Amino acid sequence: MAFLDRHKILETNATYLLIGSLLVVSIGGIVEIAPLFYLQNTIETVDGMRPYTPLELAGREIYIREGCYLCHSQMIRPMRDEVERYGHYSLAAESMYDHPFQWGSKRTGPDLARVGGRYSDSWHVDHLSNPQVVVPESVMPKYAFLLDRPLDGKYIGDLMATHRMVGVPYSDDMIANAKADFALQANPDNDYSGLQERYPKSSVRSFDGVPGVSEMDALIAYLQMLGTLVDFSTFTPDASR
Amino acid sequence: MKKPIDREREVTTTGHVWDGIEELNNPLPRWWVWTLYATIIWGIGYAIAYPAWPLLTGATPGLLGFSTRAEVAADIAAVEASNAGMMTALAAVDLTTIDSSPELHGFAVNAGAAIFRANCSQCHGAGAAGGKGYPNLLDNDWLWGGAITDIAYTVTNGVRNEQSPDTRYSQMPAFGEILTPEEIQALVNHVLAISGQEHDAALATTGAALFAENCAVCHGEKAEGNREFGSPTLTDAIWLYGGDAKTLTQTVTLARFGVMPAWSQDYRGASGLNPAEINAVATYVHQLGGGE
Repeated sequence: MAFLDRHKILETNATYLLIGSLLVVSIGGIVEIAPLFYLQNTIETVDGMRPYTPLELAGREIYIREGCYLCHSQMIRPMRDEVERYGHYSLAAESMYDHPFQWGSKRTGPDLARVGGRYSDSWHVDHLSNPQVVVPESVMPKYAFLLDRPLDGKYIGDLMATHRMVGVPYSDDMIANAKADFALQANPDNDYSGLQERYPKSSVRSFDGVPGVSEMDALIAYLQMLGTLVDFSTFTPDASR
Repeated sequence: MKKPIDREREVTTTGHVWDGIEELNNPLPRWWVWTLYATIIWGIGYAIAYPAWPLLTGATPGLLGFSTRAEVAADIAAVEASNAGMMTALAAVDLTTIDSSPELHGFAVNAGAAIFRANCSQCHGAGAAGGKGYPNLLDNDWLWGGAITDIAYTVTNGVRNEQSPDTRYSQMPAFGEILTPEEIQALVNHVLAISGQEHDAALATTGAALFAENCAVCHGEKAEGNREFGSPTLTDAIWLYGGDAKTLTQTVTLARFGVMPAWSQDYRGASGLNPAEINAVATYVHQLGGGE
């Protein structure tokens, strides 16, 4: 055991101790983090993903601001009970434009990864305003104030430019039209073909049923698109991933 | 180096001394050390048996060939296989005669209850008692029909949605744009009168004429409702949005447009219900109490 007795060298030289600690910690990092950047089978490509529209992105900011992620996950695990309740298990690629991702780790409320299209807009307005009206046993707080807070999308272009810096493929065209698209998505009376060309599968309507863009519109626009982009009828999972 | 400093307990020192303080050598208990060695051996075995080490193009698959995705697919396939006989029978069954087969009926009610909790309870309530704007499914008051086939049709196609071309559809006009506020008050008092609530008799008489002119087309001359339009009966105490003067005024002025999604897989893809599941949930709702 002569080798093990040499710990005196590390314990009496602070520099050696630091170098040694760094070495041990880096092994963990190299094994657990580095492969995610180069291994093809951790980065599954799927059809249909697109960056968030300006209104959805604003809704996502409200989702984060209100701390929705503290009680709601957005990550359906590959287990039978979850797949039967929420739908197909989540794929990494479905969070590719999320910075930061909203997987969450706590489910006081249900998972929201595929909540889009599950309920009507008016259900969401009722539920966010006073959750106990539709789900009496719910412990969710009330968010009725979202209806009273108008949004003008003044900085939405800047926010999109920031997301572009971290890798979301927003084009110059998308950023130039950000503020117009923002107002357009909640107002179906105008011509929104440009918006739908830039963001396929985006839906345009007054989400909260009240004219103008409120935080309620933005949040519901975001919730109603969650999990709707990937068409799972044409997706075949690779079992080895 | 191993010089005992406490002769009675025979504790040795490691030989490290700093400012006259000696580092004693109290070895870990044997059981602890062996447990540590055991976990290391377990770890090595685990890394060989299960997917573990990242390589250049993939990770080591492990000798057992474990995969979470394959496992969940196998789990689902196993359950589907065990239910396959019942589900096939359920998809093909004539709903009107489903109670003649107690086994199939029992299966449908249980399967339907699970489907209801996952998909329907958020609006209609966990106990199906509904809420403001979301119909109660326990009573015998039906907007679009309470026969088991009517319920299955509503589940398949939904109400006033854009998904199904065969959706149940009707639209009440917003009378705020057609009538004056005084006329609406008269109408509201008429509705209060026919539903046996407190009202202003003079206003109600004016309202009766307005009702015949504007509302009877859909709600019926005696306000008995019409399932063709999903228009509710206005003479009973069951209200979808509320039967008080304030809510009625709001309903007449702005109208209502309750939406229900179309649950068939034809309109929702993989997240929808297949024909057997629709039959199951229709059977469940039908036996809740109000089924016709």
